[in-house]
Amino acid sequence: MALEALLWCAAALLGTSVAAVAAARHRAASAPVYGVALCASAAAMLVAGRSLVTAGPLASALLLPVGLPWLGAHFRLDALAAFFLLVVNLGGATASLYGLGYGRHEEAPARVLPFFPAFLAGMNLVVLADDAFTFLFTWEFMSLSSWALVMAHHRRPGNAVAGYIYLLMASFGTLALLLAFGLLAGPAGGYAFDAIRDSAPSASVSGTVLALALVGAGSKAGLVPLHVWLPLAHPAAPSHVSALMSGVMTKVAVYGFVRVVFDLLGEPSWWWGALVPFLGGVTAVMGVLYALMEHDLKRLLAYHTVENIGIIFIGLGLALAFQANDMQGAAALALTAALFHVFNHSVFKSLLFFGAGAVLMRTGERDMEHLGGLIHRMPYTAFAFLIGSAAISALPPFNGFVSEWLTFQAILLSPALPQWSLKFLVPAIGALLALSAALAAACFVKAFGVTFLGRPRSQVARDATETDAWSLAAMFVLVALCLVAGILPGYFIDALSPVTQALVGAHVPRQEERNWLMIVPIAESRSSYNGLMLFAFIALAALSATYVIHRWASAATRRSPPWDCGFPDASPLTQYTAGSFSQPIRKVFGSVVFRAREEVHIPAPGDARAARFHVSLRDVPWDVLYVPTASFVNFTARHLNKVQFLTIRAYLSLVFAALVVLLIVLAIWQ
Amino acid sequence: MAVALDAVVQLGQLLLVLALAPLLTGYVRRVKARLLRRQGPPLIQPYRDLYRLLRKEVVLAHTASWVFRVAPYLIFATTWVAAALVPTFASGLVFSYAADMIAIVALLGSARFMLALAALDVGTSFGGIGSSREMMIASLAEPAMLMVVFTLSLLAGSTQLSSIAAFMQGPGIGLRVSLALALVGLIMVAIAENARIPVDNPTTHLELTMVHEAMILEYSGRHLALIEAASHLKLLLYLSVVACVFVPLGIAASGQGPTAYLAALAVYVAKLAAGGFLLAVFETAIAKMRVFRVSDFLGAALMLGFLATLLLFVSRVA
Amino acid sequence: MDQLALDVAHMFAGGLVLVSFMLLYQDRMSGIVNIFALHALVVSLSVAWQAYIQLAPHLYITATIALVVKAIVIPVALHRIIVRLGIHRTIEPVVGVGLTMLAGIGLVALSIMVMLPITAEAGTLAREDLAFALSVILLGLLMMISRRNAVSQVIGFMSIENGLILAATGAKGMPLVVEISVAFSILIALIVIGIFLFRIRERFDSVDIHLLHEHRGEQP
Repeated sequence: MALEALLWCAAALLGTSVAAVAAARHRAASAPVYGVALCASAAAMLVAGRSLVTAGPLASALLLPVGLPWLGAHFRLDALAAFFLLVVNLGGATASLYGLGYGRHEEAPARVLPFFPAFLAGMNLVVLADDAFTFLFTWEFMSLSSWALVMAHHRRPGNAVAGYIYLLMASFGTLALLLAFGLLAGPAGGYAFDAIRDSAPSASVSGTVLALALVGAGSKAGLVPLHVWLPLAHPAAPSHVSALMSGVMTKVAVYGFVRVVFDLLGEPSWWWGALVPFLGGVTAVMGVLYALMEHDLKRLLAYHTVENIGIIFIGLGLALAFQANDMQGAAALALTAALFHVFNHSVFKSLLFFGAGAVLMRTGERDMEHLGGLIHRMPYTAFAFLIGSAAISALPPFNGFVSEWLTFQAILLSPALPQWSLKFLVPAIGALLALSAALAAACFVKAFGVTFLGRPRSQVARDATETDAWSLAAMFVLVALCLVAGILPGYFIDALSPVTQALVGAHVPRQEERNWLMIVPIAESRSSYNGLMLFAFIALAALSATYVIHRWASAATRRSPPWDCGFPDASPLTQYTAGSFSQPIRKVFGSVVFRAREEVHIPAPGDARAARFHVSLRDVPWDVLYVPTASFVNFTARHLNKVQFLTIRAYLSLVFAALVVLLIVLAIWQ
Repeated sequence: MAVALDAVVQLGQLLLVLALAPLLTGYVRRVKARLLRRQGPPLIQPYRDLYRLLRKEVVLAHTASWVFRVAPYLIFATTWVAAALVPTFASGLVFSYAADMIAIVALLGSARFMLALAALDVGTSFGGIGSSREMMIASLAEPAMLMVVFTLSLLAGSTQLSSIAAFMQGPGIGLRVSLALALVGLIMVAIAENARIPVDNPTTHLELTMVHEAMILEYSGRHLALIEAASHLKLLLYLSVVACVFVPLGIAASGQGPTAYLAALAVYVAKLAAGGFLLAVFETAIAKMRVFRVSDFLGAALMLGFLATLLLFVSRVA
Repeated sequence: MDQLALDVAHMFAGGLVLVSFMLLYQDRMSGIVNIFALHALVVSLSVAWQAYIQLAPHLYITATIALVVKAIVIPVALHRIIVRLGIHRTIEPVVGVGLTMLAGIGLVALSIMVMLPITAEAGTLAREDLAFALSVILLGLLMMISRRNAVSQVIGFMSIENGLILAATGAKGMPLVVEISVAFSILIALIVIGIFLFRIRERFDSVDIHLLHEHRGEQP
């Protein structure tokens, strides 16, 4: 029942995309297209949410006679799929709502409108797929439709390169997943997921499949060092598509990893629980350090997605470590933390990208160094961006804090692990997680402070106006969700229990009967958190302070020029810029990680030329991994190209040589 | 009935920390002055300062937005709530189960986030200096604090401060290297977070040596009073944490009678006095570091915290 | 074994590891010598405590030798040497302090990971002391390779010796004779190195190894 409804929603989206091909020339077509996308996504989200929270056996399967003749297309709705459908369609619905306002200003609607519903449909179908062929087909469909959206403004500088690299990395990822599924299907060739679940691969095959899944799903999600396409492609797309790619498509990649590793593979080995959190921890710290060095708002947000994917993979890896050691309860906690962070990140990352898109639409600028003071011109956007920044910096009482807190609680269960390397690795990962959380707060103080606060640094910033009502509506829906998920996390944790029950065989204790809506993930004596009480107390303290002060002390206010230690400067260029804000952190961390070097050229006294300040950064994965690989591929291609231009005699000798070699092999093999 | 009594005690703790915080700062200033052979201001001078500031008019810059005006209230509220969560004279109070040590660290992070944003709001370079340096210090101090919390939680089996205090009062601890390392790490983080010498000078008027003072440069009147109160509360919070974890004798468990509470209160005030005295001696004996040596200092705190966690596994053998 | 005795021994051994870290961090010449004196003091206290709880009186002598020779005589001699060489005010740039400390922590984790599973049948005290002693040895080696100044390298070498003493006393029954010979060999090595340094200084006006490297005769 629910499965059919979801498939109909996906079909509606595909139909809209086909219709949009014809109608997209007119700008007026954007409203109906986004409207239908909104309705379909909202319907799918409600169906998925309802099937997740209602008790009872959840899995229902369907076989459609499309695709390969002997295989068909299997679709399945179980708890994991329902959760990820909820996440995907929440993102899709809010992006469509945003698009209703944003799409009016789209300069190339024919390149965006047909692909947007197709992208949504692709993501929905990936989550529902139940056999390898359908999964890979819909995965590629999702990648290609998002590629088309990235190339929508292909004449802008940099977008073509971004699309090219995205296509390369996406194809590479699909190849890895193809190999993984091939290994899983085994010599019998059973590609349906049910058949794969029943087969029991050996430990070496499982390990190889894990590595391939890490490469394939990880490259789409953005694990270091496979993250290089993310900061190029995500900003190049239109803003609501960037939100979808960062907030939702990366989660579909996480879904792919979870499905392959937790569901299809058998018992994990302990070293999986060492490799995956380690990659997650490195990704988290590298992602946020990259973000701190950026001053393009959308690239900063894209790098930040890399950091949060790292946090999610830390949780997933911990779940693997615990599961390998038969600690089901701890595995359930780690998995719950990771999945809750999946939800939270899609909410606040979409919110932040919507804000950045609003700024881009009103000022035409993505560079923070040319913005500033936008809180006076765009107050609602600024408020929404502020809440998103506070949520992503893991500040109570918002939702980002709850999922980080749960991850820390899972890390604190590590002493029970028997392997010594895990015992030491997990606290190290905890230190990396703490470091990335602190750096994330610094990054968003910079992003919000330089863009919205202070004085405007350019004319476009001075002339900006507030964005339209649809975009604001989308942003405020997400703001409300950030607060609700932070204050009432118990309901979300309970909603995740069928998912963890299905995957690791245990679930976090039910939270619904706790007093005062507290959450207790392990035991009362161990740790507890009450978001609602904390929020209530903070609000009460702030309000009582306000009341007491305004009633009995002075409430007088006077406006004047800023004090600035007695030397106020009228030029807004004397404010701190994004680069100067991150300079202390660049000095401390960047000199090691990025070989950051600063050069200052000051002309001699009397010379009226300007001084120059130059910062050089090296992207180590790019230089070490990608450039040599690319040059090797070019070298090989150049030399293999010679085969194209041989003489007829040379071709005949090649054929003759191949024949002789095969005959020799046959002779030896006899 | 018992619930009502618990609520009254919790409310008492809430008001107690607010009342004691300026006294603690006044005491530290007085001891520092005496060590420098000065008379020093009276102990209640911070109360007078707060009273004076509350009655003054606020002077707002033209470019200040609502963030600038709302931030002091939020900073004060989050710091006050965090300080009320730390067991002072009694552990296991009603509210203390709402948040554990990680949440306390994150609440202080919220306060810092708002302060850093408010500093950038007016659009001057001083706010930028203070804000960027504060975020650099925080990016090292917060992980160091969390590593100390890890060590304590791995030892006590809980992240709740009440449970940690109860565990430390119990017999099963003995002397451990990890605890000594955690104590040193915690003290280093406390010095950095409270903007004390050698990390930051709370009495400086030189721009290039400011971190905290640079962020609050534009504040005046009641806003400044709230931020000053918040920094007094933060000092009290850190001293209370050190006292309740490393010197937990005399903390009354929840549910004991009012006489036990009063005795524990007297012990708590004595602990604060001792801690304040040691802080004043330390600040007078040492010079302020260059800003970029602060990262070495806090890096050492982070390493100590991490080493404490590692060495826990050695001593848990057998 | 008594819990308090175990804890105090544990404190001393852990303290030794901590002082080794402080040696890694120090960049002043006189500071390095002083912290080495502290290192030797902690070792002697640890050995004295071992003598008390193992009821082995000969270890008191070992502790006294460590205290007198390594915590008093050698640091004083080193102070004299560095004042004579005129380098007592130098601040040596410790390259990559952060990375060195991280490497130090990795070495401590490595030695714990290696020692504890191997010695699973031994007594708790011996296991801990061996793990900590290996850490001190590795940290001393790290100090030797991360420094350019010959005096710092000598001190790193001597801290390795302290780690060996900790290991030897943690496991019961190391004879005194070996200890005396070890101490004497250290003293002689120090005298030789001192003379050597003086000669190097006279010849090349510096004890920086980098400069020495160019004069090895193998470079074109």
